[in-house]
This record gives sequence, C-alpha cells and structure tokens, in this order.
Amino acid sequence: MLKISNLHASVEEKNILKGLDLEIRPGEVHAIMGPNGAGKSTLGYVLSGREGYEVTEGSVEMQGQNLLDLETEERARAGLFLAFQYPVEIPGVSNMEFMKESVNAIREARGEEALSAADFLKKAKEACKQVNLPLDFLKRGVNEGFSGGEKKRNEIMQMILLEPKLCILDESDSGLDIDALQVVAKGVNSQRSPDRSFIVVTHYQRLLDFIEPDFVHILADGKIVKSGDASLAKEVEKTGYAWLGAKGEEKEA
Amino acid sequence: MSEQIEKALSRKYEAGFVSEIESETFAAGLDEDVIRRISAMKQEPQWMLEWRLKAYESWLKMEEPEWAHLHYPKIDYQAISYYSAPKSMKDKPKSLDEVDPELLRTYEKLGIPLYEQQMLAGIAVDAVFDSVSVVTTFREKLEEAGVIFCPISEAVHKYPDLVKKYLGTVVPRSDNYFAALNSAVFTDGSFVYIPKGVRCPMELSTYFRINEQNTGQFERTLIIADEGSHVSYLEGCTAPQRDENQLHAAVVELVALDNAKIKYSTVQNWYPGDENGKGGIYNFVTKRGICHTKAHISWTQVETGSAITWKYPSCILKGDNSVGEFYSVALARGRQQADTGTKMIHLGKNTKSTIISKGISAGHANNAYRGLVQMGPNSDGARNFTQCDSLLIGDQCGAHTFPYIESRNPSAIVEHEATTSKVSDEQLFLCQQRGLDAEKAVSMIVNGFCKEVFKELPMEFAVEAGKLLEISLEGSVG
Repeated sequence: MLKISNLHASVEEKNILKGLDLEIRPGEVHAIMGPNGAGKSTLGYVLSGREGYEVTEGSVEMQGQNLLDLETEERARAGLFLAFQYPVEIPGVSNMEFMKESVNAIREARGEEALSAADFLKKAKEACKQVNLPLDFLKRGVNEGFSGGEKKRNEIMQMILLEPKLCILDESDSGLDIDALQVVAKGVNSQRSPDRSFIVVTHYQRLLDFIEPDFVHILADGKIVKSGDASLAKEVEKTGYAWLGAKGEEKEA
Repeated sequence: MSEQIEKALSRKYEAGFVSEIESETFAAGLDEDVIRRISAMKQEPQWMLEWRLKAYESWLKMEEPEWAHLHYPKIDYQAISYYSAPKSMKDKPKSLDEVDPELLRTYEKLGIPLYEQQMLAGIAVDAVFDSVSVVTTFREKLEEAGVIFCPISEAVHKYPDLVKKYLGTVVPRSDNYFAALNSAVFTDGSFVYIPKGVRCPMELSTYFRINEQNTGQFERTLIIADEGSHVSYLEGCTAPQRDENQLHAAVVELVALDNAKIKYSTVQNWYPGDENGKGGIYNFVTKRGICHTKAHISWTQVETGSAITWKYPSCILKGDNSVGEFYSVALARGRQQADTGTKMIHLGKNTKSTIISKGISAGHANNAYRGLVQMGPNSDGARNFTQCDSLLIGDQCGAHTFPYIESRNPSAIVEHEATTSKVSDEQLFLCQQRGLDAEKAVSMIVNGFCKEVFKELPMEFAVEAGKLLEISLEGSVG
C-alpha cells in the first residue's frame, strides 16, 4: 500500500523528518507515537502534500505510484485521506455541498459516475448516523461552530463517505472524552477492511485500546526509533519515551 | 499566499467580444448642440429637451467628486461620444424578425435569447444596446395585467404624465455630478409602471450592452410601483474587451408608493480591464428609491466587473413602517477598484433597514464599503442592522470600510458589525485534501462567503451569479 524510504522533509528550512522508513501493507493499522516535536503531524502533511512541507530526500510510493509527483488533490483522488487534528472552518459552505463536491471529484477520478443529490443524501445520512452526528450537521457550514469533538466526528464521517485506500488519522483522539473517543474508534473500526490501511497518529495509548493496531512505531527526532506490536504502546505508556533515547521539544512542529 | 490561488485568479472575461454592427455614432464631444441632437433623434417633446438643458446647465457648474477611495486619470468628457445606435434601429423594427440578426446573436452569445419561446419562463427582457433599446419581450402579456414595461424613450411619448410626475423626483437633476450628466444626455433605459394592487406576473429584466468604441452609456431607469403592487426587476450588464476606458453613468429611480414592494437585483459584469489595469468600464451610477408608507425596497447587487465602481444604491424611508434592504457582493480583482455601499435615510417612524455587504478583494484590487445610516428627528423606533464583511485573497489587495452613522432620534437603534477574513492556506489545503482543485476550492469558499446575499437573488439569477463568480475566479488551466 505505502512504502516510505529514507524520507527527509523540512518546514521553513528546518529539518523535521530525518530519514524515515515505513512500509504498510493493505489492511494493516499502524500506530505512530512519539513525543512532541517528533514530526508526527509533519508526516501526515508531507504525505498528503501540504504546501510548505518540502521533501528534501527519499521516496514515497503508494500502490506503486510515486506519491511525491502528485498534486495534493491528486493524492486525495488516488485514495489518500487525512483526518485533521484541527479541522478548519469554511463559513457558508454546507457540509453537504462540500462533501458532495468532494465525493464526486474523487468518483470522477476513479472513472465512476457522479452521485445524484438523492443518492448522495442517502449515503450522507447513513454516515452521519455512524458517528452519532445529528442530520442537521449536513446543512451546517463546514466545521462552523462545531465543538472539538464534533469536528473530529465530522472528519471520520468524511472518511466513511470518501472510502479511501489509506487513512491518516492525526490525533483524532485529542480533546475527546471517553464517549466521543469510542464513537470515533467505532467509526474507524467499521471501515477496517483487507484493502484499506490506516496510520493512526496519537500521543496516548488510550485510543489504541479501542483501535487495535497491528504495529506500533515510536517516532523521535524525525525517525522511527522503535517498532513493535500493540504491547509497545503499553510499555511506552508506563515508562515514557526517554528510555528510547527520544527527547521531546516544547512545541509540536 | 499560495501560487495556486494566484493561478486560480488569473482572469478570463467571457463577454469581451465585439459585435460587427454598423452604427450611427455622434462625433466625440459635449455641448448644448449635442443635447439638442440627442433629443431630436428621439423626437422628444419640448419639456423633455428643456429638462435636459437645465441638467446640463447645472452639470457645467459642478465638479467631479474626489472623495471616493478611487484612483484614475481625469476623464476627458469631450473625448466621449454621447450617442450611438445600430443603424438597423433607425426605422424601429416592429417585430423580432426585423431586428438585425447580428444584434440577436450578440444577446444569444451572452446567454440572453430574445425570442419569447426560448426564454426562461416568466422573465420579460428589455435589451439595451449602446444608446437604444433593441427589443422588449412579453409586452402583450404584461399589458394584460396593466403593467407597463418599455424603453424610457418610448414612455416619454406614450406616458408623458407618469414620466413628468416622477422623473427626477428621487434623484434630482442636480443631485451629483454624474447624475446631472446622465440627466442631460441619457439615451435610453427601461420604464416600468405597476398599477395599484397588481403583482407583476413575471420577473422583469434589462440587459445593457456597450459595444461601440469611445462611447459612453447613460441609461436611465424609472420604476414606479403603485399602491400595494409588487415587482421584481433584474439588470445585467456586459461590454467588449477594449483597451480604452469607457464611461457608464446610469441613474435608476425607484418609487414605491404605499404598501408597494420593489425588489431590484443587479448582476454587473462590465469589462474590468486587463491584469495591468488597461481598459475597462468606469461605472459611476446613482441608484435610489423612495419608500412611502409601509413600502419595501430591496436592492441586491452582485458586482464583478468594471475597472472602477462608484455606486451606492440607497433608500429614502419616507413613509412610516417602510423597509429598506441592501444586499451586496462586490468582487474586485486584478487592478479593479470598487467604492460601493448604500445610504439608508430613515425619515418615517418605525422604519427598518438591513445592510449586508460582502466585499471580496483579490490580486491588486481595492474594495471599499461606504455606507450612511441616517436617523431623522421623526424616525421614532427606527432600526438599522448593518453587517459588513470583507474577504481577502492574497496579500496584495485591500479592503476598506467607511461607515457613517448619524442619529438625530434617541429612540432609533443602529447596529453595525464588521469582519475581515482571508481565504487561508488551511482552508485551501482542507479542500484539496478532499480531492478538489484549487480553483474549485477558491470559488467554493467565496460562494460560501456570499451565501447570505445570493439567497436574496431570484432563483435563476442566483445560479447565474454563482457561475459568474466562478468564471471571474477561473484560471487559465487547461
């Protein structure tokens, strides 16, 4: 599904990723943990092609395609989805409109027919229910006045609608209470399938109680310093990152 | 700001073609003789000529206003031609079959078919080409309801009493420099009269087209809604792409008698000039309406064109319990400059006004909102609500807000809210991450920003306005 080799990336000429390797096969769930400033969010932005995140070395292949050659929207159309840590508001554009344009742009790229308004509405309603959002969220402006938890659930709803190949969840658990966390986890678990892979970026082991990863990687100072199975997350929870030789920074890059 | 937005903003003006039509055009220049000739061309009665000459006299004594936040070289009023008409219109065609097919093709190209059977159901059109009205559709059907919808030049002959009674009552001849000029040289425009208690059976609309080079367009529109009547009116404007600046100085007067309602919508898409600011229309327009008791006037405008826009559609709320509304989207990009807003003059008791203004600036453009809310001494219980939002795209453009509030009545309530925001890289990234390209993303964000105004437009035109914004923001991709 995804093969990252020796990835170096910088933001505003500051090196954040310093030789990251990671291989993900279809159907796998990989959790990425690490201290603040390790480059966790940067990885998601680099993979999805955000402007200002410059790859200086290395390669990324997704399903045999050179991902780094593609524009941001082409990567999305190829099946890469990023659930944002802090989704931004787009006032006046309804969730419904936004998602319909989005779903149809991606369908078109896949050579499928655009969904009619009625068909889309049906799907959207189902997705809404799956993440316990009331239906009037479809009419509201994208993330406009949503609470933190609502924004996160809205991201998962979008993921369900877009049926991506590779989902990157960027701290989808931050700021959630236990109930909201379970809703998010349930939404994600419902989408697990043999041909869909996940990268779950998180600070805390807690989320991994609900979304069980196949692999856990510790990212520190721009590199993966240790990989293991779900038990590694529990170990880190107890002992912190220091024993891995990782030093945190004040601010998340 | 991101390159993608810059790319998405490079312009394409779709109405920029020139029609090959033989015209009769006056030599450039303005003096009393030119006004006499315009009046003679239209075989006007003496009173009309005198009215024009008085306006000309006051214009000569006036000075061009300089208070607006606009920068442009001085206009040479002697370098402009004040009359141009397609030759084929000399003997007025009696039906569409007699109209020059090139003229009809022009309107068709602009997406305005003039054959009634091809028309959008329920919209009557008056098509004005340079200085004359080419055709007015659905006249018979409107006449059945008692509605008069015709070129103003025709109304001067057919309905002199109505014209004499109302012309210049809302925008006096010497109201301002451009209104005085218009009063002296106006050539055509639309005239509407809705009789008492009649709800106009269809939307009325006028499409203005400037074609001839070095020609000014000075149209005059007069709409009278008699007691208890309703009318919805739309105006659309385009012009060819030319290197010279062209002057457009229109006057629109609305009269809403007791309990009447007038909804006036504008989709203005005059040629804005090229990316270096060469060419484009100078749009200096005076629009004003008067509301009698319990009357209601609503202005909705979508302004995407013109090199310079100077325009303040206003309401005089004279009657008690009357209502004035102003909904505006003004998009300025490239080197465009817009100074636009409204005046709400509250004279009567319990009068209400709402102002929603959305200014969008991109490229090197400057966009100013200028509004006056005035509460007169007798406006007990009057209320105004103003919301003024600016959206910036890129970092080379400017947004300016000049609100003026004058209250002479302690019981009047005035509220003003203003915001300025940017199309952020984050918003763009979110859209692109969901598979939308930059162009689509920007146009979606801008449309969302304008939603409150678009919902005030008649259905068909809301779609048109959305598309127009999309075209205006469309890049040269592909």
